[in-house]
Amino acid sequence: MGLKRGHRARPLEWMIEQLIQFVSYSAIIMVFLIFVFVTREALPILLGQMDSAAVRPSLSMDEAMKLPEADLRKYLNMTQSEFAKADAESIKILVELRIESSATETTDKDAKLNTTQWSHLLGPYQWSGYTQPEYIWQPVGTIHKYNIVPLLVGSLKVSFIALAFALPLALGAAIYVSQLANPRIKEWLKPAIELLAGLPSVVLGFFAMLVMATFLQNVFGYTTRLNAFLAGIALGLAVIPLVFSIAEDALTSVPRSYTQAALALGSSRWQAAYQIVLPAALPGVFAAAVLGFGRALGETMIVLMTSSASIISWNIFDSARPITASIAAELAEAVFGGHHYRILFMLGALLFTVTFLLNLIGDVVVHRLKRRLEGKA
Amino acid sequence: MQTIPNTHTPEPVAHFHRSRFDAWSFLFTGVTGACTYLIIAILLLILGNIVLNGYSHFSWRFLTGGADRGMYDPETAGVLPMIVGTASRIILMTIFVIPVGVITALYMTEYAHSTSLGIRIIRGAVANLAGVPSIVFGLFGWGFFLNFIGTHMDQLLHPEAAKAVWGKPALIWASLTLAVMTLPVVIVATEEALKSIPHGLREASLALGATKLQTVLRIVLPQAMPGILTGGILAISRAAGEVAPILFTGAVSFYPDLPKALTDPFMDLGYHVFILSTQSPNIEQTRPLLYATVMALLLLTFLLNVMAILVRAQMRRKLRALQ
Repeated sequence: MGLKRGHRARPLEWMIEQLIQFVSYSAIIMVFLIFVFVTREALPILLGQMDSAAVRPSLSMDEAMKLPEADLRKYLNMTQSEFAKADAESIKILVELRIESSATETTDKDAKLNTTQWSHLLGPYQWSGYTQPEYIWQPVGTIHKYNIVPLLVGSLKVSFIALAFALPLALGAAIYVSQLANPRIKEWLKPAIELLAGLPSVVLGFFAMLVMATFLQNVFGYTTRLNAFLAGIALGLAVIPLVFSIAEDALTSVPRSYTQAALALGSSRWQAAYQIVLPAALPGVFAAAVLGFGRALGETMIVLMTSSASIISWNIFDSARPITASIAAELAEAVFGGHHYRILFMLGALLFTVTFLLNLIGDVVVHRLKRRLEGKA
Repeated sequence: MQTIPNTHTPEPVAHFHRSRFDAWSFLFTGVTGACTYLIIAILLLILGNIVLNGYSHFSWRFLTGGADRGMYDPETAGVLPMIVGTASRIILMTIFVIPVGVITALYMTEYAHSTSLGIRIIRGAVANLAGVPSIVFGLFGWGFFLNFIGTHMDQLLHPEAAKAVWGKPALIWASLTLAVMTLPVVIVATEEALKSIPHGLREASLALGATKLQTVLRIVLPQAMPGILTGGILAISRAAGEVAPILFTGAVSFYPDLPKALTDPFMDLGYHVFILSTQSPNIEQTRPLLYATVMALLLLTFLLNVMAILVRAQMRRKLRALQ
């Protein structure tokens, strides 16, 4: 047969290998497609091409007819194909209609604003009827207010509460299970805590809404039943198993010889755990916190069921509305291709980017730690 | 011979003091132990609450009843459409995700050089995909599968149809979205299974004259089967309870018919829990219904999880026997 190699020896096998290689790139392709297709819908907002003004200034017939074709098309809010089909007569009628309709439109000074501008998306503004500039997310009514700051604050607030609740608990449990517990009990404890990860988030949301809401309200005596505190605690329950797994993994990967050396020098178990193992695994604990934060930011169903109004306040017992809850609740009602729709996709792209970076940081830290503990770096 | 004077006395790394009763040790063990048992207590509390409130309404009639006579009436409403909807989207998802995930893992462990750039990029993409928030998958499924692929298919296949056939929420789009979401789970589980197969087996097969592909198909894959199964079950149990990715891509709040075609929308157990919790006209009256639905969902996911654990234990035992 000779020593033929590669595709000339076995063409079929060579082709199958190429196919395998091609399929294996699907994960890369998918990440790329997610980025492209979520950002694509948000592009007009990012480029500042949208105009959400409820009222635009109307031009007189002479002024309108003097406009170049492209500007006239924009003024009449027509697509290119629509404009090409329309003859001069129907264009004139449309211009007249615009003049007529502007006479009956609302006189609110804010109606002329384009609320999709960056200054309105991020900065405060004194809306008519308000006494001071405020950040408002209110995508309904005649004037849609799209300030995303309340949603960002809502996401951060709820995630920080979740982390403040989950991190100490999960970390304590990780130290106990990996260092102090009796090996026989440990075999039961680990899967039991990981079982919490098997609870679907909609079930945690349901439990928070029906049972925990009443319980926490009785204990703390606050007025708003569904608030940031409740959402944070429920979210914390979803974050605990993740933080526990990563931290426990990092603590376990510290070589046994470290602990044994400490014990041989006369330390107690907790001294070995607290002064030797924990410092060695500290980057892993940091990674657990970062990844847990990413998980909390991206969780949807729990916050959708336990949050209501978008309010900016420092009080943890006030309501908050995270980004994910807004997307889930509002996308179905948003007009396809409209400003609200595009802003929700922009928030999705933002979420994707932020969690991407958080995951990257977490993965790099865990990877480095593992290599160091294995003595490779 | 001259001895080198020992000028360097090692500094003690940490100072340990030990008294007869070590209060710190007691406290530290107590606090961390309390954290552990508190988490487990919360878990038991949630499960106990659901089972105690749910089991009285949990019956054969409830599991096999339809929703055609109103879905909020605890006397007549059943969850059959939701169970069928959830099961169909899971089965379809498995069909999509297993081949792609297994082939990717095969390429990474059997074909490519483990330090090559391609592998590092795939690894990064898989890790990233695992961390993408579920709602972003929902947006992606809506923007890519439904609006891009779906509407283009409509233009090609049904140019005259008045209503969209493919370009609307459908079983297939929800399944595909979930398949993208669970791809990392399958890849990681399969990769682990492939790595645990002794190298000697592959070398023996190659030494006997088998080609690379023959070795992969007849020696490596059968050995990795339990691992692939575990990955599949883990992916299923992750996807079974997910609601956010199917919110816009296929699940609807009311569709009493069982889904018959790939383009049908469907009712879903997890989504139904959400609907019953938030849109019920009378939460007190529908409470037993809600609890029983949650119990059905939990039973489904926990059975899948237990299956994965059993399969994995079986696999470990086999491997130990092999070595």
